[in-house]
Amino acid sequence: MWHLITAPILLPFLTALIIMLPPVHYSPMRRRWLSMISSAIQLVLAVCLLLQVQQQGLMHYAVGNWQAPFGIILVADTLSVVMVCLTSFLALGAICYGSAGEDEKGSFFHPLFQFQLMGINGAFLTGDLFNLFVFFEVLLIASYALLIHAGGKNKTKAAVHYVVLNLTGSAIFLFSLAVLYGTLGTLNIADMAVKVAVLPAEDLMLVKAGGLMLMIVFALKAAVLPLQFWLPATYASASAPVAALFAVMTKIGVYALLRVYSTIFGENAGPLAGMASDWLLPAGLATIALGAVGALASQDFRKLVANLVLVSVGTLVSLVALQTELSAAAALYYTVHSTLVTAALFLIADLIANQRGKAGDRLVSGRRVSQPILLGFIFMIGALTVAGLPPFSGFVGKLMILQSAVEPVTRILLWSLILLSSLMVIVALSRAGSILFWRVSGTEPGGGKAPPLQVFAVIWLLLASPLLAVFAGPLTALSQQAAAQLYDTTTSTNSILGQYPVQEIKP
Amino acid sequence: METLFACCIGFLTACGVFLMLRGRTFPVVLGLTMLSYAVNLFLFSSGRLTLRGAAVLGTSEQYADPLPQALVLTAIVIGFAMTAFLVILAIRARADLGNDHVDGKLPESEMSKKESR
Repeated sequence: MWHLITAPILLPFLTALIIMLPPVHYSPMRRRWLSMISSAIQLVLAVCLLLQVQQQGLMHYAVGNWQAPFGIILVADTLSVVMVCLTSFLALGAICYGSAGEDEKGSFFHPLFQFQLMGINGAFLTGDLFNLFVFFEVLLIASYALLIHAGGKNKTKAAVHYVVLNLTGSAIFLFSLAVLYGTLGTLNIADMAVKVAVLPAEDLMLVKAGGLMLMIVFALKAAVLPLQFWLPATYASASAPVAALFAVMTKIGVYALLRVYSTIFGENAGPLAGMASDWLLPAGLATIALGAVGALASQDFRKLVANLVLVSVGTLVSLVALQTELSAAAALYYTVHSTLVTAALFLIADLIANQRGKAGDRLVSGRRVSQPILLGFIFMIGALTVAGLPPFSGFVGKLMILQSAVEPVTRILLWSLILLSSLMVIVALSRAGSILFWRVSGTEPGGGKAPPLQVFAVIWLLLASPLLAVFAGPLTALSQQAAAQLYDTTTSTNSILGQYPVQEIKP
Repeated sequence: METLFACCIGFLTACGVFLMLRGRTFPVVLGLTMLSYAVNLFLFSSGRLTLRGAAVLGTSEQYADPLPQALVLTAIVIGFAMTAFLVILAIRARADLGNDHVDGKLPESEMSKKESR
């Protein structure tokens, strides 16, 4: 079972290849079934991996049996495996939704989707910064193609911005990797943590510059305030299953921030410890405010949900900036909750838009939806969850966040911003809901009934919210354990670098 | 050699950033290409510049660091693929939107210039 770590990367890769081969490729039904079955297996394997990590603690896998720090390693700790489980759960819902007809509007939906899953899982599991770059590129190139899936002017326009920005981000990523490799002589995350702790004083500023450039890149991926302008247009124009999967993409940036700034530049890093917090805390708080204002100002429902993604990113980045075990635990729980509920809201927006005829998801009066009870009910659950009202998971998440702010200054800032933004989100959502469902003109519904598979997909994602609230006890314990493991850098570096003693290597 | 190399990277980066800030897609693509050249050279230099250094053990007295060379190779391949995709996307945007501006529509000043011509 040692090779189980590679399964979340290899399985989507092989599935994508098989889907493109003749016997499967020519039949839409076979493509769909293969894609759905494969992602169900991925979910099972991810849960198995989580159980194994729970039993054995941190596991690492040397690719090609080249030992760390010389070879590339994959690392599975509780944090990364929980993120892989989240991705698989989300992907199954999104693929089910896409399989109801959305996938045939363009070509190669399922292979691209699987390639993107491979990139996302790889980015979570890797223990090497250059490998992280490579997996970022894998998931990005798949996401470029998925974004323009089904075509249209809006998609092309959004895609040009998205691609150019991400290519610039990749260039900055490479610059910072070169600076860090030139000074530290390694790109293995655990080994870098060791090297940063014994850094000579003359290299200090270089490493700091490299580390802060890395922060710019991850902030761009996560869409933090000065770098967030691409997000609303991109997410609002992508087709529904793609937008649902994109809900986890910003979280990869947050994950990378958490990983790099708590492992490499964590408390052992001497003068460099906590260097990102000064930048990330104000940026994160401002992102919350901007997202909430954006949600109020949105003219259509999909843009509104995209702004809710911004609110959740801002919250998570502020938590990362606090750099305590409590805040990391809260961040993990909130990541799982916010990813699933925003993905579900993107799907709900598409269901509503399909049934309102010409008005689509714009917040103007339009035709009546044909299934008002079903859609109204799932909209209400989604809205209550994302706004953080009891009895759903958002409430538990917000509670953990509020508890994790200990210092008086951060407590005042974080409490006021989070509670105010929640209020604004409730106002925005109730305005959207009342226009979409109650301000109707004419008696004829604007479209047919939703396919059962799509309804199943939405319920699959929404079901997670009550479950997260019901099993809040064990899940909070799990996220606290993950946070403790993340901050226990000495144990993790010892287990990864093992018998190889640290040497001063001068390049 | 170091000074020349550094000037070369700096010049490429400056040109790349300048071109990337232009309004049309073609200069932006060129700018990104230049930036990726600069990145590749910079990445290569992170293993220190050595003359006549072999990357394989047992063949020379002096050795170069082989890892940046491998990293550059990966970065070149990825950069090439991304540039190819961006060129196709730019052509698609020109066809879909009717102009080659990065925002998909020409700014007011250029529109009026076009009409007066």
